[in-house]
Amino acid sequence: MIEVKNLTKRYGNHTAVSDLSFKIGTGNVYGFLGPNGAGKTTTMNIITGCLAATSGEVSIDGYDIFDEPEKAKRLIGYLPEQPPLYPDMTTEEYLKFVAEAKGVKKNDAKRQIRYATEITKLQDMFKRQTKYLSKGYRQRVGIAQALLGEPQIVILDEPTVGLDPRQIIDIRELIKQLGKSHTVVISSHILSEVRAVCSAAMIISKGKMVANDTLENLERMYAGEVSIILRVKAGEIDIRRELAVMDGILGLTFTQLGGGVTEVVIDIDEAFREKLPEKIFYAFARLNKPIIHLSENQVSLEDVFLELTSQADISTEEPHDDAGTEVSNK
Amino acid sequence: MKAILKRELGAYFKGFTGYVYIFFILLFMGILCYMQNVQGRYPSFEYAIGNMSFIYIAAIPILTMRVFSEEKHQKTDQLLYALPFNMNQVVMGKTFAMMTVMVIPVAISCIFPLILSRFGETNLASAYGSIVAFFILGIALASIGIFISALTDNQMMAAGLCFFVMLVNYFVTTLVGYLPTSALSSFISIAVVILAAAFVVWYLTKNTLAAGMFAVVVEGANWIYYSIRPIKYGGLFTDIIKQLSMFSRYDAFIMSEFDLAAIFYYISIAFLFLFFTVQLLEKRRWS
Repeated sequence: MIEVKNLTKRYGNHTAVSDLSFKIGTGNVYGFLGPNGAGKTTTMNIITGCLAATSGEVSIDGYDIFDEPEKAKRLIGYLPEQPPLYPDMTTEEYLKFVAEAKGVKKNDAKRQIRYATEITKLQDMFKRQTKYLSKGYRQRVGIAQALLGEPQIVILDEPTVGLDPRQIIDIRELIKQLGKSHTVVISSHILSEVRAVCSAAMIISKGKMVANDTLENLERMYAGEVSIILRVKAGEIDIRRELAVMDGILGLTFTQLGGGVTEVVIDIDEAFREKLPEKIFYAFARLNKPIIHLSENQVSLEDVFLELTSQADISTEEPHDDAGTEVSNK
Repeated sequence: MKAILKRELGAYFKGFTGYVYIFFILLFMGILCYMQNVQGRYPSFEYAIGNMSFIYIAAIPILTMRVFSEEKHQKTDQLLYALPFNMNQVVMGKTFAMMTVMVIPVAISCIFPLILSRFGETNLASAYGSIVAFFILGIALASIGIFISALTDNQMMAAGLCFFVMLVNYFVTTLVGYLPTSALSSFISIAVVILAAAFVVWYLTKNTLAAGMFAVVVEGANWIYYSIRPIKYGGLFTDIIKQLSMFSRYDAFIMSEFDLAAIFYYISIAFLFLFFTVQLLEKRRWS
């Protein structure tokens, strides 16, 4: 189990991670999600003992990473952003070196190396120098290395960055497989990846935690907010007048498109999602204002992510005007 | 630590560094032995090996340039930080690997005095003493090289800087010979060195107060001592440099004297720079 309490890391005046607290239980795959520069790598480097924190605590299964680093590190396998391979060594030599460095006994090492190479499908590259391996295989050697010493927790920093689509699918499969026997933590700035492999996710932005829940809950939390996208050849005043009389509308956001077309994003109460589109259609038909586009827009994890991370933006940056104007219609 | 040692030895002999180092040392040893002992018809091997310390100016940078710079460059230092051991063990493993490479030509050179002893009167103790001292001098110089390698992620830069430091170290006794030996000039030279040391303190800690305090206190002591006993300052700076020059202290061994103080000095230098290296690597964890 990983327990992080009030973790803060400052580089000079820049705060990379700010007062981060979370717990990761046993089993499953956890996603560590955030835009580039959110502090994912910094946090992972601290959890794995590669970097010291400015303040805060990290404990791995009860062992403090700063006070008892050797015991804590034995419980973790870590693949940094760039797989730390020695180019002059073959895959075999490299894995043997890491196993020995982790203090694995000779007989166990053989078995563990066999397991790690099988699960990462590295058998064909066993005798090849790592400098001649493709990016995908280098990544696999990096993962195989992390599995040696039989750690309970495997931490992978952006494991699929820079791989081709085929390799990405393979690595994701591998991560899912690892999730059955280990606690796996992956970091990613790609949402679809987290959705594909993780059961829970933490979203961080600008070094702050903005959400931490299972994927289902994250989606459900925002599922109540259904909206309708309407594009109609009418002015803002006409549209506002028509919609004002309808029930179940929570908010309107207007954007002027060219050619007299206005786009409105209508936030609605979920109870009205069946009836409202029809009403809107007839209302504008009566007015002789043609509807160009009418669709329902269900909030996805993507929106949750964007909303949460941009909220953090707004709270830390100066507010700025958007193209559209937001009007509350309560 | 054993894993690091093995991996480092592998790196020395998979590339060409290990071979180049051993080849150069043995080549020069052969040439100097031929010149001093065969052509000069003089059976003391210490004269051959005593004239050889200059080879370290080039050999040490070759041997040490990639030790830590390459780890940083390849980002494999991340692995070292994540593995369950501390930086002491990493530095120790690497140092022992390097010592293993250095001991090979030294061990081979042990045959030379034996062969020479068949052709004339030789002092074997003195010959082997100078070989041992040659080895220990090498370790002390290499520990400086290791420290320099940990400063940068560019091995060419590390090699260049190390070469420069070795060169200055070798010629410093000759260079200070051109300095005036008056008390005042000694005082000024020492003051300048203290200022430079204060700058290094500031550069490493970025703590202006600490560096300032250091400069004021040590400069103050220097000035007080100079105003009380100016006579002691005559030639003092030159003497200090001569004592500190690692290469010139090696001369004693050629003169059949096993200078324990020099050996102690070399070992202290080695420990000091390896300690600095560990601190530097640990500090990186904090920045």
